[in-house]
Amino acid sequence: MSNLTDLGGVVLVFPMMLPIVGLLLGLVLGGRYLGRLVLVLVLLGLAAALAIGAVVLVGGEALQYLLGDWSPPLGVRLEADGLSAVMLVTSAVVMLAVVLYGQRAFRIPGGESETRTSLVFWLLLLGVWGGLNTVFLGQDLFTLFVALELLTFSAVPLVALSGKPETLAAALRYLLFALVGSALYLLGAVLLYGSYGTLDIGLLAERIAGADRWPPSLIAAIALMTVGLLAKTALFPLHLWLPPAHAGAPPAASAILSALVVKASFFLVIRIWFDLMPGLLTTAGVQILGAMGAGAILVGNLVALRQVRLKLLIAYSTLAQIGYLFLLFPLAAGAEAAALTGGMLQVVSHACAKAAMFMAAGLIAAAIGHDRISGLGGIARALPVTVLAFGLAGLALLGLQPSGGYLTKTLLTSAADASGQWWWGLVMQAGGLLTAAYLFRVLGYAVFGARSGTPSGAERLPILIQAPGRLQEFVVLMLALCALLLGLLPPVAFDLLGVGRTGIDAGAVVSIAMASAFDWAKLWGDLWPVLIVGLLVLGAVPWPDRGSAIRTDSAGATPSVTGRAAVAVGVVFQRADGVLRHWPAAGLSLLLLLLGLAGSLVFGSR
Amino acid sequence: MSLGLISDLVLVLLVLSLAVWMNIARTAYRAVVGFVAYGLLMTLIWVRLAAMDVAMTEAALGSGLTGILLFGAASRLAPFEAAERARAPGPALRLLIGLLCTVVAAGLGAVVLLLPEPAPTLAPLVAENLSPTGLQNPVTGVLLAHRAVDTLLESVVLLPALIGVWSVAADADWVGRPSALPRPPASEALTLLAQVLPPFGILVAIHLVWIGADEPGGKFQAAAVLAAMWVLVMMAGLRQPPPVVARGWRELLVVGASLFIAIGIAGIWLADAFLAYPEDLAKPLIIAIEVALTGSVAVFLALLLAGPPAGAHRREV
Amino acid sequence: MNGTTLFGLGAAALVGLGLYGLICQPGALRKILAFNLIGSGIFLLFGVIAKRGGGALAAAGSGSDGDPVPQALVITGLVVAFAGTAIAVALLVRLAETAGRSTLDTDAQDASSLPADANPPGERLP
Repeated sequence: MSNLTDLGGVVLVFPMMLPIVGLLLGLVLGGRYLGRLVLVLVLLGLAAALAIGAVVLVGGEALQYLLGDWSPPLGVRLEADGLSAVMLVTSAVVMLAVVLYGQRAFRIPGGESETRTSLVFWLLLLGVWGGLNTVFLGQDLFTLFVALELLTFSAVPLVALSGKPETLAAALRYLLFALVGSALYLLGAVLLYGSYGTLDIGLLAERIAGADRWPPSLIAAIALMTVGLLAKTALFPLHLWLPPAHAGAPPAASAILSALVVKASFFLVIRIWFDLMPGLLTTAGVQILGAMGAGAILVGNLVALRQVRLKLLIAYSTLAQIGYLFLLFPLAAGAEAAALTGGMLQVVSHACAKAAMFMAAGLIAAAIGHDRISGLGGIARALPVTVLAFGLAGLALLGLQPSGGYLTKTLLTSAADASGQWWWGLVMQAGGLLTAAYLFRVLGYAVFGARSGTPSGAERLPILIQAPGRLQEFVVLMLALCALLLGLLPPVAFDLLGVGRTGIDAGAVVSIAMASAFDWAKLWGDLWPVLIVGLLVLGAVPWPDRGSAIRTDSAGATPSVTGRAAVAVGVVFQRADGVLRHWPAAGLSLLLLLLGLAGSLVFGSR
Repeated sequence: MSLGLISDLVLVLLVLSLAVWMNIARTAYRAVVGFVAYGLLMTLIWVRLAAMDVAMTEAALGSGLTGILLFGAASRLAPFEAAERARAPGPALRLLIGLLCTVVAAGLGAVVLLLPEPAPTLAPLVAENLSPTGLQNPVTGVLLAHRAVDTLLESVVLLPALIGVWSVAADADWVGRPSALPRPPASEALTLLAQVLPPFGILVAIHLVWIGADEPGGKFQAAAVLAAMWVLVMMAGLRQPPPVVARGWRELLVVGASLFIAIGIAGIWLADAFLAYPEDLAKPLIIAIEVALTGSVAVFLALLLAGPPAGAHRREV
Repeated sequence: MNGTTLFGLGAAALVGLGLYGLICQPGALRKILAFNLIGSGIFLLFGVIAKRGGGALAAAGSGSDGDPVPQALVITGLVVAFAGTAIAVALLVRLAETAGRSTLDTDAQDASSLPADANPPGERLP
């Protein structure tokens, strides 16, 4: 197989350089045909990503390429292992969907040659894509730093594309927090260079594993890099920038930000904890990461439930879904294959589902002129395909068979059982039910709610300002189906995840998880709690027949005692979230985490 | 205690007190003044660390151009500063954060003292592998041969940054000219300076690119000098910043990175790897890239300073 | 204790001072300044590491006596930091022009005060 590897290495340059060439070309061409140009590039990029995935899967080992023919530590190495290949394909698929969706949303009106929004959107989309692909392929800590900055500088202006003051503030907050994150990451890389004389992840891993104790510079470096990357991933409680940024961006940009951009820094955390220094997985640091993940799931979901606006609800849902990713760290100690596979499938599944949800919300908002949840009445009849796509994506998120979310939950739960850490399983169950609650709340309004401003029983269809494009609806539906049907891929496809690392037989663990997926008992066992939550939520939402078409926007209109108790809990969490999202509080969390993580490594297992 | 050590100690103390000043200064304008002075002292430290290439970049970019950028922002934002102070966190919170920052800094200091001896280094490896590039300056060798991809990505990163700066414009102003540069009141001295200095600046820049292959200097330093000259001309009002829709300027922006990529791709066939140079052509190709990048980076830096396009009404203010 | 180590300790202090300013300063421009302070502390530390690793080239008689790799990376880093500062300043000045404020925290926090016409920021109706 080494022949294949030698031949194929240069193919890694393609996904890295394609978006960059497009960026340069696009700036010069500008104008009306930018969207078409990006579409062509994304199709080429998808083909390249699939080719790399196929070569890696068939070859059974990672592809490597030495840039400029200089080998590390002097030169910079690219490598595509299974994880890189999966991420390349996932981002190309989501990019394709967003680019198709954007063709209509960023069309230039006749008579104009170039508009601000279209030029900025298309070029920065390419910038984001180039940054992502470089992050997935790069093996040099400094090259990865530059790639992260390419990603951040491209993502931030997308947030403020509308030019409204709130989005400008959101973008600035995002930029400053992300800059702190990259600075801490760079500081860690600098310390590693000072200790080991190289920035190559492979060489560093060898040199770190060869030493019999961890020097203080190594511990400081790991803590700094990890916390810096967590700030960029918006893991609770470092999430102050995420909700307004993801909710304020145009839907197509929100889709990319939520689905892919936050995953890039998560991907580097995986690289550090699994590849650079696997010894970290046996320290107490994993419990800190897991606890933050659990916090994200609970706070994110509960606050999502309290949101008035659809896009903010989806943004808080992202916050919660990021939490699942970090459960894989404490679980990897006992069952690495299940934990890593589950975590990575969550990345893929959430990327498709969340992009679909944001774009569906965009279509809804464009159609009725706002995205207040209480004002969604009748939208399910007006935009059946869009609402269906939103619902299917939601089912994938809450983890019904055969979605990627189901596999994630099953694999992580089995890892929790195998390693005797049942409490993480409990958090996931609670998270799933809360996800069901806010999903049903939205769907309840969309299907049964009254159109605000009309008396009950009157014309149920809302007035549409803009009907969604057929292609847009189709793309959103396809993306939702990708997430929902992920588990039906043949098990051999999942083997890709384990290529390049020993002891990860992803295909096998997925087969086991899927084997019992459609047993009647299992199906029913997963379904009935969701149904009960659904009935409770549907019972709590004010329907027109009760004469409350225009009621308070929150779910707080419940008359029952349990309902009021639930609302009280929600309010407490919402307040806590509000406090944590103040800048000084987030800074304090950052410092405490830095010191806590360093401490946990000092008093770690070694 | 040797004389060198005493001067180093004084430098560090001065730099730290300026850093404290930047935190406690009452207005942002004063803090920016502190920052520029800080940048100049930093340049001296880089000289003391025997990093001439970095010292030049720090002086031109870290202190000079960043200083102009921040001065412009500080004067525009001055009216809003009074409202800022009301939002400062309370003394208890500040104390707690200060304490934690001290712990972080102390921990870092301890790590610095405990760095391994002898220090790992790539210097011998770079020296061994410098000859295929035909260069004498090892820093240029690292930037354009061994780690060419970082330099390429970095020249690309400037593009989304510039688009980001442009993106805050109002839709209607898209065809306008940028106007963020501070415009000091017209004076003969400034006009004279803006007429006399640029030719020298251009000569210095050409010299920097030319010697960069063998001695300290190179494209970033030269580009920063060129950008500073152009910015001076624009600030004196002798030339207007170009509108962002101007095609010619956009072509200039991408020419450096495009040539870099083209030569890099040619390397796949001519030298067996992306971003590799055929041995006998390495030096001329590297100099060609340096020249093209100097031009592009200079335009990038100047346009980043010039800011987003603005309508005619706003330019008057 | 030599000069290089002294600079290393100074770099650590700069990172601490920058972090404090970044967290505690209410004004966004002061935060941007503090970010530059952190950045320059990190670059200085890299320079210290370069100096510690120097010597080999001086022995070979080629002029520089530092490790050229960190020096090259610092130059790249300085350009990237400048680009980041430029975007931040552009966003901030525009924020001040449109909203009349230069701070990041609002009373209501921006999340809940985003306007309900989420629709479609930056996207056009046909």
